[in-house]
Amino acid sequence: MSSIDLTLQIWRQKNNDSLGHLETYPLSGINTDMSFLEMLDVLNEQLTRAGKEPVAFDHDCREGICGMCGAVVNGIAHGPERETTLCQLHMRNFRSGDTLVIEPFRSRAFPIRKDLMVDRSAFDRIIQSGGYVSVNTGGTPDANTIPIPSQVAELAMDAAACIGCGACVASCPNGAAMLFTGAKISQLCLLPQGQPERRQRALAMVETMDREGFGNCTNARECEAVCPKGISIRNIARLNQEFLAASLLEG
Amino acid sequence: MKLDARIPSGDLAQKWDNYRFASKLVNPANRRKFTIIVVGTGLAGASASATLAEQGYNVKTFCIQDSPRRAHSIAAQGGINAAKNYQNDGDSVLRLFYDTIKGGDFRAREANVYRLAQVSGNIIDQCVAQGVPFAREYGGTLANRSFGGAQVSRTFYARGQTGQQLLLGAYGALSRQIHSGRVTMYNRREMMDLVVIDGRARGITARNLMNGELESHAADAVVLATGGYGNVYFLSTNAMASNVTAAWRACKHGAGFANPCFVQIHPTCIPVHGDYQSKLTLMSESLRNDGRVWVPIQKGDQRPAAAIPEAERDYYLEKKYPSFGNLVPRDVASRNAKEQCDGGKGVGSTGLAVYLDFAEAIKRDGEATILKKYGNLFQMYEKITAANPLHEPMMIYPAVHYTMGGLWVDYNLMTTIPGLFALGECNFSDHGANRLGASALMQGLADGYFIIATSIAGYIGASSLQPVAATDPAFDESRKNVADRIHRLLRNSMRGPAGKVTVDEVHKQLGRLLWDNCGMARNKAGLEAALEQLPAIRDQFWNDVYIPGNATDINQSLERAGRVADFLEFAEIMIRDALAREESCGCHLREESQTAENEAQRDDANYSHVSVWEYQGEGEPPVMHREPLVFDNVTPSQRSYK
Ligand SMILES: Cc1cc2nc3c(=O)[nH]c(=O)nc-3n(C[C@H](O)[C@H](O)[C@H](O)COP(=O)(O)OP(=O)(O)OC[C@H]3O[C@@H](n4cnc5c(N)ncnc54)[C@H](O)[C@@H]3O)c2cc1C
Ligand code: FES
Repeated sequence: MSSIDLTLQIWRQKNNDSLGHLETYPLSGINTDMSFLEMLDVLNEQLTRAGKEPVAFDHDCREGICGMCGAVVNGIAHGPERETTLCQLHMRNFRSGDTLVIEPFRSRAFPIRKDLMVDRSAFDRIIQSGGYVSVNTGGTPDANTIPIPSQVAELAMDAAACIGCGACVASCPNGAAMLFTGAKISQLCLLPQGQPERRQRALAMVETMDREGFGNCTNARECEAVCPKGISIRNIARLNQEFLAASLLEG
Repeated sequence: MKLDARIPSGDLAQKWDNYRFASKLVNPANRRKFTIIVVGTGLAGASASATLAEQGYNVKTFCIQDSPRRAHSIAAQGGINAAKNYQNDGDSVLRLFYDTIKGGDFRAREANVYRLAQVSGNIIDQCVAQGVPFAREYGGTLANRSFGGAQVSRTFYARGQTGQQLLLGAYGALSRQIHSGRVTMYNRREMMDLVVIDGRARGITARNLMNGELESHAADAVVLATGGYGNVYFLSTNAMASNVTAAWRACKHGAGFANPCFVQIHPTCIPVHGDYQSKLTLMSESLRNDGRVWVPIQKGDQRPAAAIPEAERDYYLEKKYPSFGNLVPRDVASRNAKEQCDGGKGVGSTGLAVYLDFAEAIKRDGEATILKKYGNLFQMYEKITAANPLHEPMMIYPAVHYTMGGLWVDYNLMTTIPGLFALGECNFSDHGANRLGASALMQGLADGYFIIATSIAGYIGASSLQPVAATDPAFDESRKNVADRIHRLLRNSMRGPAGKVTVDEVHKQLGRLLWDNCGMARNKAGLEAALEQLPAIRDQFWNDVYIPGNATDINQSLERAGRVADFLEFAEIMIRDALAREESCGCHLREESQTAENEAQRDDANYSHVSVWEYQGEGEPPVMHREPLVFDNVTPSQRSYK
């Protein structure tokens, strides 16, 4: 354990209608065992004691699983450590004297609510349009009547691990949501349970994605590089395949 | 307050059937005329919302987070129990029932627990049908692991992300109903008050966290699925927004609060390392399948783990409990860790940690197998501590994790306020004085998918509910009360922060008080002292807390302040409950009541009951009622895991 001094430049914006700006805050004596959000807590306590408004940021689990936290740190969504959410990023990744520029996840489809908080409800609407198996509660067959090879279950799980944080969108030059959407489509098209609705799911989810203002994939691969759960762009290839097949057959 | 558990007649195994048969139904065509409010979108709330909407009710669902998918349930790691007996190792509904009752140290209601075991299998079927990617054997069937307090393998899992996958399944079902228009979803809303009209729950007042607006929502029934209150301790494994507000507001309107002092302290968490710390991280109990717990035999041994030879290690759980070994229930494991550390054998820089060692399992099964089972947990551990559990043992220590206490409910999951139901961790129903691992997910989904719809139909079918609109004066009054309280919270902040305290500072004080006196071990003197110190902390909060910003904007400090204000009130019934229960049971160790071997000593003659607290108004001591527990099917015995 050691302690470091930092200069923070943080995006402050009152709400979606106002203009934002970067504000500079020196912060010293940061214990390197702290998480990034704990570092922001320390800043916020100092701001509060000085009678200033703390920085608004979303967070909940602080374990890297709820997908609620996220900010761009020095140009990288969730900061410099690979496969790590902002809440799991620890200050030992930084050196004393570093300047950290901290900005919200920016995208046309994610309006800024305040400071580092954005509105990612477009993701919910993509799922609502078809990211599930349409079964009601009750009357389902015994679980072991649907055998699924272990490798298939693992592949589906790789895709299902997405936490919906939006880092993929924030880092994509086109603001595309293909990794997020592709992950859900992959999970369900790999599994036998997902087959009956396979085509209409792909069509509906892609249509919603477009309507919400997300861009198109041009293979920049930035999404995969920042994804805290290591979701592979193979899922985008699956999305494209599924969409193409569905368009040909249904279109 | 009258406590009628409404336990159906008949043999234990017949009760649920008898109940469903006797219960009123609501004609499918009529269901859309009824509005049900569901607060919370964790496993309990999401599954309830989806199921009620599928049946045709008009559902309004609320959550604090920006999306229903982010509820605290998402963080559950290890797994979910079900009596499927897929492993052919002697499991059955009766055994799951028995393990749960025994694990809870005979402080839960038989009928509820039996029903939980009965529907457990359906939950797995439901989740698999939704596409939840549970772990599989090579032949394609479902895989299981073992969890503490059981000698069979009945825990289903999806890597170390079981809660996430189950919640995403329920969130999918909920999303489908939102899409169909049968659920209206209100994100970023906090329930601030319950609205009771003519003695029935008829709606809520919610605060829109984006602009501070207070909204009124009317309904025919209100379902609380708002989770547990572990954050009363400040540090816990719960998500940051987990709170007691909704349940406490209900309590202030007359809902009884059951066993508030029953708090589970989980044995395997990453130890505390600094005063800046905002939360504690759980390392799933499933690790105890392969990890061996030990401390150095010699007190104050400062050598690194690797330098301590085998003969100088004390595998104290294996030694003391040969038949369950490292898989003893959580309360037993936690207490033993504390005992080792109190005795000077703790490891790490603070001496408040024990080792959880995988060396033997890695030697036996290979790194790849161990990583397949626990890879994401190892990774999480390494991120936080910068140490790799493949190469050195983990350090763990107990932390506040789960609350068995909660709103008192009858067999229908209805509170003492007609029309107000409580599901999931928010109620007290199934886990007695200690919850077994992998049983919270099971209970949340049992309540939401398989129980609440019958209860709601029974309630609506049997009551003649008059229509109520959100324009009813009761809603105006509730909004006014909430607004006044917010005003009171902000009133000290006009003149700036000088000489003031922050919300977190007060919350940490409260947490310390409870951890020291109402934590892993409790005694009369400590509890009485805590009860005496509490009002001063409360006064300091109301007189000196500084909250920046205002009430008409996004204001996270104000949100926290409201929750802490409720924790400060609620803490009193926790302490009183711990004081009133002069026996030890499960998580609740009263130092005055121990066996010769320092195990919890129950006192069935005097305490075989649920303690239910009734709020009496500000400044008035709450009144305790008792629901006697009747055991017709099991004989309460001194728990033994030896
Ligand atoms: C780290 C961790 C690991 C765990 N692992 C396991 C495991 O492996 N197996 C197991 O069985 N159990 C496990 N548990 C326990 C289990 O996860 C929880 O008990 C369970 O998920 C609780 O679900 P719930 O639906 O009751 O509530 P929660 O998931 O806590 O959801 C509460 C909901 O209520 C909402 N809410 C709360 N208050 C308000 C309000 N005032 N207004 C509006 N909305 C509100 C929240 O927004 C949220 O949507 C674990 C717990 C933790 C902390
Ligand atoms: S706070 Fe949940 S992922 Fe970071």
